[in-house]
Amino acid sequence: MAEETLFKVTIDNITVEVPAGTTILQAARKIGGEVTPPAMCYYSKLQGSGGKCRTCLVEVSKGSEKDPRPMPKLVASCRTTVMDGMEVKNVTSPRVQEARAGVVEFLLINHPLDCPICDQAGECHLQDLSYEHGKEGSRYEFQKRTFKKVDLGEYIQLHMTRCILCYRCVFAADQISPKREHGVLDRGDHAQIATFIQKNLHNEFIGNVIDVCPVGALTDKTFRFKNRVWFTKPVNAHRHCDKCCGEVQLWLRGDEVFRVTARKDEWGEVKEASNGKTGWICNDCRFEKKNLADWVIEGPTNVNRHSVIAQNKYVGLVKPTETFPAIMKGRNPKLLMDIHSVSEVNKPNIHLSQLERPAHSTDFNQ
Amino acid sequence: MAKFSEQQMKEFQRLVNRYPEGKQKSALLPVLHLAQESFGGWLSTETMDYVADLLQLEPIEVYEVATFYSMFNTQPVGKYMFEVCQTGPCMLNGSDEIISYIKEKLGIKAGETTPDGMFTLKTVECLGACGYAPMMQLGNNYREHLTKEKVDAIIEECRNNAARNN
Amino acid sequence: MGVKLLLAKAHIEGIRSYDVYRREGGYQAVEKALKTMSPDAVVEEVKKSGLRGRGGAGFPTGMKWSFIAKPEGVPRHLVCNADESEPGTFKDRYLMEHIPHLLIEGLIVSSFALGSNNTYIYIRGEYAWIVDILEKAIEEAKQNGWLGNNILGTGFDCNIYVQRGAGAYICGEETALLESLEGKRGNPRIKPPFPAIKGVWDRPTVVNNVETLAAVVPIINLGGEEYAKIGVGRSTGTKLISACGNINKPGVYEIDMTISVEEFIYSEEYCGGIKNGKRLKACIPGGSSVPILPANLLLKTAKGETRYMNYESLSDGGFATGSMMGSGGFIVFDEDQCVVRHTYTLARFYRHESCGQCSPCREGTGWMEKILLRLENGHGKMSDIDLLWDIQSKIEGNTICPLGDAAAWPVAAAIRHFRDEFEWHVLHPNEAQVRNFGLAHYADPLQVPAGA
Repeated sequence: MAEETLFKVTIDNITVEVPAGTTILQAARKIGGEVTPPAMCYYSKLQGSGGKCRTCLVEVSKGSEKDPRPMPKLVASCRTTVMDGMEVKNVTSPRVQEARAGVVEFLLINHPLDCPICDQAGECHLQDLSYEHGKEGSRYEFQKRTFKKVDLGEYIQLHMTRCILCYRCVFAADQISPKREHGVLDRGDHAQIATFIQKNLHNEFIGNVIDVCPVGALTDKTFRFKNRVWFTKPVNAHRHCDKCCGEVQLWLRGDEVFRVTARKDEWGEVKEASNGKTGWICNDCRFEKKNLADWVIEGPTNVNRHSVIAQNKYVGLVKPTETFPAIMKGRNPKLLMDIHSVSEVNKPNIHLSQLERPAHSTDFNQ
Repeated sequence: MAKFSEQQMKEFQRLVNRYPEGKQKSALLPVLHLAQESFGGWLSTETMDYVADLLQLEPIEVYEVATFYSMFNTQPVGKYMFEVCQTGPCMLNGSDEIISYIKEKLGIKAGETTPDGMFTLKTVECLGACGYAPMMQLGNNYREHLTKEKVDAIIEECRNNAARNN
Repeated sequence: MGVKLLLAKAHIEGIRSYDVYRREGGYQAVEKALKTMSPDAVVEEVKKSGLRGRGGAGFPTGMKWSFIAKPEGVPRHLVCNADESEPGTFKDRYLMEHIPHLLIEGLIVSSFALGSNNTYIYIRGEYAWIVDILEKAIEEAKQNGWLGNNILGTGFDCNIYVQRGAGAYICGEETALLESLEGKRGNPRIKPPFPAIKGVWDRPTVVNNVETLAAVVPIINLGGEEYAKIGVGRSTGTKLISACGNINKPGVYEIDMTISVEEFIYSEEYCGGIKNGKRLKACIPGGSSVPILPANLLLKTAKGETRYMNYESLSDGGFATGSMMGSGGFIVFDEDQCVVRHTYTLARFYRHESCGQCSPCREGTGWMEKILLRLENGHGKMSDIDLLWDIQSKIEGNTICPLGDAAAWPVAAAIRHFRDEFEWHVLHPNEAQVRNFGLAHYADPLQVPAGA
């Protein structure tokens, strides 16, 4: 086999070697961390995705070794392939930061910001994006665009108002489900994901559109309003399935399976299965197997420690009680007031972190 | 359900034959025009499903396209549709007054159809007749250099045509 | 009288029909090209002519042609962009309506140069009657042996088909046009790959404007070098200008790019001056997307030099004090026109025409429209003007296709040159409902800094 041509690309002063044909975004993912531009529409496992949301714009300050001219416009890193000797600026470019903040504002002007009642909250890419790249507040002072809720059958709920038109679900239905019955209708700021005629989406792999949706536009009806994602504990599990890989993530509370999803990587994309095949799961596994007995539990899912979901990891942790004396050379801090003596809340004898559910007022009345 | 007549089927075949084999989807826009003209000036779900079937497409592919282009009506429209341009160059030449006049004359707002189903008023964006402004599209033709008198005459003409055809 | 190459014969009676067109010397370019030249030689002539794309971007046509990939066994296509939709532009319509065979002739020669055996004209859906005119012309050309198989015994086969769009400005963007030609939504493609490599049905494709392809006929007849002598600098040949707005003689004019803007507006040969004896306030010289200029910057550049009707002179001063030739849609404003209202109608246009694919354009165009409407209706705030400026700057350059820029530029230019008119709308909301800001100082001679 001929040796693969490797290109050197420098992103935010970090150099990495990648095969020719790699996109800037994929090269940046290889480096990881902050250097990686956010991507709301690109999905490496969906052909043709990307280029639309414009959150991954980067500055190419040097085109290549051969042609060092910078690119005049910011480019979508998800759809621009690297050249040998290319230099890219992401977090080091004020121009990029400014443009990205602009894109975040655009994405949010018509977004309902109904996170408190949205099932996606806690694992929503738009939340992460606005937190990391957006500005405080919006300058939009007009009525937001709204759509009627569309019923897509017994499994999938479509809240078009929350949609950012990434087209991922359209590609997903095209490429991984046997038949596409929904699409993008109308155009411009009225464009919407819909089926045109009220239609139930129920083919075998259509549930995956929920996993690819970066926001709360497509959510799992069997999980709807059942729990907040950060109160559930993700564990890896598998079962034998004729239709799909059967490797999933169960979202548990106690022994109850609240939700089943495909397994995702650190970029929020569905992972490959252990046998190297696709990790998309079938509707049976996703919606119908809600008994713990249906599954073989492998162990807890690794969750990024910054994720809100990670908070459950602290259950039962022992606090390092000796910290203060240790750093203060044996002395204890002098408290002006013991909060527990005046407050009814937050009593030291009540361990909220050990509750299996959200704290309730009755928990304080013990 | 309505189907293409033999002659319309011939036209359909002529349209499809323009494209390489297997690329019959390319004929979708012309075929939707043909369907809209043949089946009452708008595209019902049944019509679109029929077109999808003829071109061997998923119905959603047809819905996506039909709703993208402003010339395809997915709701019924009046017998005569006044599509009045309101973009910059027409605005400079008084299209706002013409639109108000038509609204007043027909007693409808933009986007509405008269109760007798005769007229629909639609405000549209630039139709490429800026030098002959203000203007409107009526059927397959343009009516240009509009004045209130001309609007009156056009309405009269449509009513007469309708009466004659009945 | 300037040189006329495209419309010289457009007024001859019956020129729409084949017989008259042929009698007047039509189809000589096809004979010359197919019988005496190789395809590469035709491309070479077009390169020599200095012809630049007449659709708006002004990219050198010969160079565009030379980019087309020629993989073995893969058909190539020429697609004619007749989706003329830029507000202020109606020149292609005029050409196709009056002298359709000129386009067909240009298409045959260009198809020969590019090796396109099946060539498509994508025409905007509203031009329904022109479809009939073109199809008739194609039929006539076919019957007389200029189309079909083995044209003039040269072995070259060529068919031309007319495809009707259905109402979408965005399909004037070449990759959106190709999507539409494939029967899809007119969503522009993400480039690269460019159409010259992967165009319609993934085959190498060249997309050119109607006027560009018609201009190939005089280029072949005269020779590229002779053609390049007409005009000035890099603005070679002739250009069709669609003149509209508040002028005495709106219409399509062919100019040889050596005349001044002032002459174009005021001479009897062209626009015939401002309607109703009013004064000139402003002008958008190249279609709605290009920057609007106040009268004083339109007639003279910031350096105090006369401004001419050509690519270089119209863009003299960059966006700060200049504009662009664009598609040649020349929109003239008299002293009683309101720039805020006009900018609002353009913002509404771009909001309506945005395909909705990428977020800055989808969300930004609607936002700008809402703010402009608020300003126009007297409910605006002073901060709205800066906000508009900021929104347009965040759209420009950050979108998939040039529609984002096209939506941003008119707003930016209106604020740049007419900021006091916007402020007046904020400060005098009630007055702004009953009268317009008027000419103000927009026609006053500008002071040229010493040494400029």
